[in-house]
Amino acid sequence: MGAILGKNSALTWVVHISVLLLVLLWTIPTVGLLISSLRDKDQLVATGWWPSFSTVERNLIKRSAPASEQLKETGKYLLKGNVFADQAGTVTAFGWRSQKPGAYVPGDTVQMRKGKTLKIEADGRYLLTSPTAFTSKRGARLFVTVLEKPIFTLDNYSEVLFAEGLGKSFLNTMTVTIPATVIPILIAAFAAYALAWMEFPGRAIFLAIVVGLLVVPLQMSLIPLLKLYTNIGIGKSYLGIWLAHTGFGLPLAIYLLRNYIAGLPREIIESARVDGANDFQIFVRIILPLSFPALASFAIFQFLWVWNDLLIATVFLGNNEEQLVMTGRLREMLGSRGGNWEILTASAFVSILVPLIVFFSLQKYLVRGLLSGSVKGG
Amino acid sequence: MEQVLLALFTMVVAVLGCIGYFWGSNWLLGLIYPDKGKNGAANIQKSAALRPWLFMGPAILLLSVYLIYPVFNSLYLSLHGSSGQEFVGFANYTWLINDEKFAESFINNMLWLGIVPAASTFFGLLAAALTDRISWGNIAKSLIFMPMAISFIGASIIWKFVYDFRGEEVEQIGILNAILVHFGAEPQAWIVMPVWNSVFLMIILIWIQTGFAMVILSAALRGIPEETLEAATLDGANPLQIFLQIKVPQIWGSVAVVWTTITILVLKVFDIVMAMTNGQWGSQVLANYMFDWMFRGHDFGRSATIALVIMLLVLPVMIWNVRNLRKEN
Repeated sequence: MGAILGKNSALTWVVHISVLLLVLLWTIPTVGLLISSLRDKDQLVATGWWPSFSTVERNLIKRSAPASEQLKETGKYLLKGNVFADQAGTVTAFGWRSQKPGAYVPGDTVQMRKGKTLKIEADGRYLLTSPTAFTSKRGARLFVTVLEKPIFTLDNYSEVLFAEGLGKSFLNTMTVTIPATVIPILIAAFAAYALAWMEFPGRAIFLAIVVGLLVVPLQMSLIPLLKLYTNIGIGKSYLGIWLAHTGFGLPLAIYLLRNYIAGLPREIIESARVDGANDFQIFVRIILPLSFPALASFAIFQFLWVWNDLLIATVFLGNNEEQLVMTGRLREMLGSRGGNWEILTASAFVSILVPLIVFFSLQKYLVRGLLSGSVKGG
Repeated sequence: MEQVLLALFTMVVAVLGCIGYFWGSNWLLGLIYPDKGKNGAANIQKSAALRPWLFMGPAILLLSVYLIYPVFNSLYLSLHGSSGQEFVGFANYTWLINDEKFAESFINNMLWLGIVPAASTFFGLLAAALTDRISWGNIAKSLIFMPMAISFIGASIIWKFVYDFRGEEVEQIGILNAILVHFGAEPQAWIVMPVWNSVFLMIILIWIQTGFAMVILSAALRGIPEETLEAATLDGANPLQIFLQIKVPQIWGSVAVVWTTITILVLKVFDIVMAMTNGQWGSQVLANYMFDWMFRGHDFGRSATIALVIMLLVLPVMIWNVRNLRKEN
């Protein structure tokens, strides 16, 4: 194919550019989230994340010093200070009324009501004068438009992890995911071997049932199992959710592993049988080691699925502070902290970090699993 | 931390338990039917007949409790009232037919079914065809595939940020509205516009599923025999003709697999709608509506009835899959 395309360099360029566009479309949303989660929370809501590496222009409302700090010079009352309390910046415009927050340029002296004047310099220094004494305890409102340097910080992350309870949820998610990923593997592997290499009546029907169960909507199982759990006293507990994920993961596990195990060379199994090994020995000594790639594929699927699951966790685990998993926490934050983008972006990134690491480091197995699960199955 | 240790401990206990069960039951079988001695040959046959059931026992038990029993229990519940106690006949079904919100959910689900599998397959096929021809194709694939690792709820936050809307007088921080404003248009509150908001939710799922379609279709494209392509090239076909007339017809099987897999997923879509709109502004879907009746309505009968409708919609795909399996064997 390369040779055919090589002749047509215009077409090659179209291909490169189209792929680049696709990749950008598919990555920009996530990149935006990552960059935003690292920005200062006030800057995050002031401008979009895309110009965040240049200076940020913001309209701020500051207050002058309170009346108690006023000075008296040559018959006038003065209030002095700087609108930038801690960090440096540049004032590009200022004003004293909310209707016209940016009406004046820095350095101007502006007449206010009752003979008062206001002057703000570009570096943030301000001077208020008045013929009569200032009385406001909170200080006068000063409207300034400022240019700030971009600020990148990990503050959002420390806030969500420690103050917003995401750290606890992270542990809860781990608690759910680890056993729920491992337990189904062995159970499924034995069943898959039986379906692939053992002769017994009804084998074809069992395989058909497993394939049928692959697509059963989980919605179906929620209420009956919730009632069952309540009746037998499991209630909302980790045990309940481990078992639920095991049960729901089994059809895919059995199906994937059966496809793989059925594809192993017949001679290996036959010769072991001739040597007098029974099925149990064949399974443990030959099938299990050879099936490692398929086991890994399923483990990754199940890991991602359990880690990312919201539905089963919401139904079978409590929604209290103690048991809330990360997806549940995110959902709750969307409701209660809908406008706090610094919290939402940082939390979302914490929750997708582990799956992304697993994805990028073990992609090979994931792709292999997908292919054996669908291409052959179709 | 303690509970993570508990989880690790449970995992070890469960794995040891599984090994114990399989090893122990096999040992017991050997004890009952020893393969040496005067009945050796007959005993080997007997234990070989029993062993498959020992191997499949735990799986059968779990599948029955978690997936098969619920189907029948849901049927039972759908004929009973909100607490699942009193028999109400077909009252839940007549309620369902006359319920406006159900009609809305059903229509929306049909919209999702019409758009998401088609769009995901289209973009997946496009990405597969294009990335196979360039040197950095594998990196591109990896990045397009990446959203698959992200939870629906995480993806919802990512896209809620993209769709963010603020009044005209302030600067937009959602990239979609920022682009609109840049070109002089008015910013829109995407999420609250009926009908269109569903499309904006669908985009999230398309974004997630395109990578899956791409991986499957890319493998299928590479599996096409070289000879057919060479013959077409010799006959003077251009690359587009080769793609549409030679390649695509040969991968229909994989396209069907991708299409049906995404169809099933779409019928069960829940997290995205719950996180983005929770079914408001005319964007309700069946799975979220079912959840609504379960947790907010506390009506097990109605909820189970909606679940059965989802099951009914999945049924054709299930039958198709099983028939394919039988053809294959």
